[in-house]
Amino acid sequence: MTVTTTEKATAEKAASVEFRGLRRQFGTTTALDGLDLAVQPGEFLALLGPSGCGKTTALRMLAGFEHPDSGEVLVDGEDVTRVPAHRRDAGMVFQSYSLFPHLDAVGNVAFGLRMRGVRTTERRTRATELLELVGLADKGRRFPHQLSGGQQQRIALARALALRPRVLLLDEPLSALDAKVRLTLREEIRRLQQELGITTLFVTHDQEEALSLADRVAVMHAGRLEQCAAPAELYGRPATAFVAEFVGTMSRIPGRFTDGLVEVLGRRLPVDGPPPSAADVDVLVRPEAVGVRADAGSGARVAATAFLGAATRVTVRLADGTEVKADLPTHEAAALGAGTEVSVSLPDRPVLVADRGR
Amino acid sequence: MARLNPWRWAVLGLAALYFLVPLGASVVFSVDVGDRVTFDAYSRILGTDGFGDSLLLALELAAATIALVLLVMVPASVALRLGAPRLRPVVEIVCSLPLVVPPIAFVAGISTVLKWGPEHLARTPFFRTMVAIQNPDFPVVLVLAYAVMALPFVHQALDAGLRAVDVPTLVEAARSCGANRTQALLRAVLPNLRGALLNASFLTLALVLGEYTVAHLLGFRPFAVWIVDISGAQAQMSVAVSVLSLLVTWVMLLALAAAGGRTRTTSRG
Ligand SMILES: Nc1ncnc2c1ncn2[C@@H]1O[C@H](COP(=O)(O)OP(=O)(O)OP(=O)(O)O)[C@@H](O)[C@H]1O
Ligand SMILES: [Mg+2]
Repeated sequence: MTVTTTEKATAEKAASVEFRGLRRQFGTTTALDGLDLAVQPGEFLALLGPSGCGKTTALRMLAGFEHPDSGEVLVDGEDVTRVPAHRRDAGMVFQSYSLFPHLDAVGNVAFGLRMRGVRTTERRTRATELLELVGLADKGRRFPHQLSGGQQQRIALARALALRPRVLLLDEPLSALDAKVRLTLREEIRRLQQELGITTLFVTHDQEEALSLADRVAVMHAGRLEQCAAPAELYGRPATAFVAEFVGTMSRIPGRFTDGLVEVLGRRLPVDGPPPSAADVDVLVRPEAVGVRADAGSGARVAATAFLGAATRVTVRLADGTEVKADLPTHEAAALGAGTEVSVSLPDRPVLVADRGR
Repeated sequence: MARLNPWRWAVLGLAALYFLVPLGASVVFSVDVGDRVTFDAYSRILGTDGFGDSLLLALELAAATIALVLLVMVPASVALRLGAPRLRPVVEIVCSLPLVVPPIAFVAGISTVLKWGPEHLARTPFFRTMVAIQNPDFPVVLVLAYAVMALPFVHQALDAGLRAVDVPTLVEAARSCGANRTQALLRAVLPNLRGALLNASFLTLALVLGEYTVAHLLGFRPFAVWIVDISGAQAQMSVAVSVLSLLVTWVMLLALAAAGGRTRTTSRG
């Protein structure tokens, strides 16, 4: 599985992509509500968001299958909003199996070249090359119904790359596969993308997939962009409460903001980011930042524990009823059965806050 | 496939008896004169004037009808599936109308319209069109009528075929591979509808070869009409004629199946 020099050539023409104020309504549902997003040339960008937030719609607009009510799509600074799908130069891999059932693997990969009028021998050579690239050189004569789901998606990937597109669009390509195949295939997609240097948009609602694969992750919510940042920043410094809670696990602990500090769990901690507007705030904490130890008479009790492997997630119900999740090393958590009285602590670091109740 | 247990064998056997006994009896009757076997009845049919002409006419009509009805229905069904899936019940009802309207009523309607020719259109260019579509050598009006009568069957066959493939995804996949709309239809969707197209053609062919009422009442003489005309009062010959027409229909269907199945295994890269 090597990338030939002809493949590398695509890296030089990697395109930038920009969405400007995209709006789209289907009847009464607003799928996109003014989406703005810019993708750098050669970047691997994941579009992440809950179901129905408009990820697929945005991707289909870039592919040319859907048209915005207003706003525009730019590729390399050029407005392509009115360009028909077959001239967009975008390779796409679909969520459902989309190989042409009447063609074998080679025929599927070569389909685009056939549409371009490339000669038979030439397109066969190229198709074989691409099948090698996705590790299926020996399956060229198989028809889709003779291939596993993972193999079909690999071939769909090869087919999408066959015309050396300027952008590669992946709409939850792994969601129909089982966990193990999903893991290997996503690493392969990442490797291919890095080798080819092709601008890639990857739609997913699996945050782990997005965080582990992408250069940057764009979190969408209700047809808008919430935040677009590198995975570490997204996790460590979420821009909005929605992002904070959607990416990773977050607990909300009520606190009071006075004199530039937040009072929470009996301590006063500085605020990370802009100060809140109201005095009543929720402090947002990741489970790995929360400390828990047995402490009779504190009023807080362990409500549940869940074994995650090396760590155990302990859910603590505070005296006021708030639930806080904490990840503890499994050997420490062993002593904390459900019902144990515990005390909860936070590290000496600035904390994220959100206005109460939103 | 499920194993054939005794019950299924019994049902299959009964069905076979139901079809084969009358057929066998007909064949025996048609070749049996006294106590020797003769194919006289058959050779007399083949020798009768108009055998070749009427058969050819029927085949031409069938070919034209198949071409017309597929040319109209395939793009329409695909477009319907892609663009307005909610219209499907409406189309379903429209396409089943020919089953509800009896052929007699249908013919009455057609002849009324055809009579407008001499009555109202005599001095307009349409008159020549009216004459042309009633040309006895190739009555276009029959093709039009048969196309309508074939609608329910063609629609059912195509609908079943389209339901088995994910047309929108196939079209989008083809479009993202640089195919325009026509190419997407011809190269990505149609090849996957082979079975459905073949079924639709089968049904249309069988319908046209066996159709009597409309052709007879409009005064044309394709194979089915010719067979009834010549069988007349001769018992043996009339039975031979029906056996022969069955055979012809079967041969045609087999030929169609063979033509459709031949390219099955070849693939293009
Ligand atoms: N063709 C359509 N007709 C009507 N409504 C649509 C259509 N396409 C999308 N929608 C609606 O637009 C909204 C956004 O849909 P979209 O498919 O973009 O969501 P998504 O983020 O991809 O969700 P998922 O993760 O479930 O795939 C949804 O409420 C959906 O019901
Ligand atoms: Mg989607």
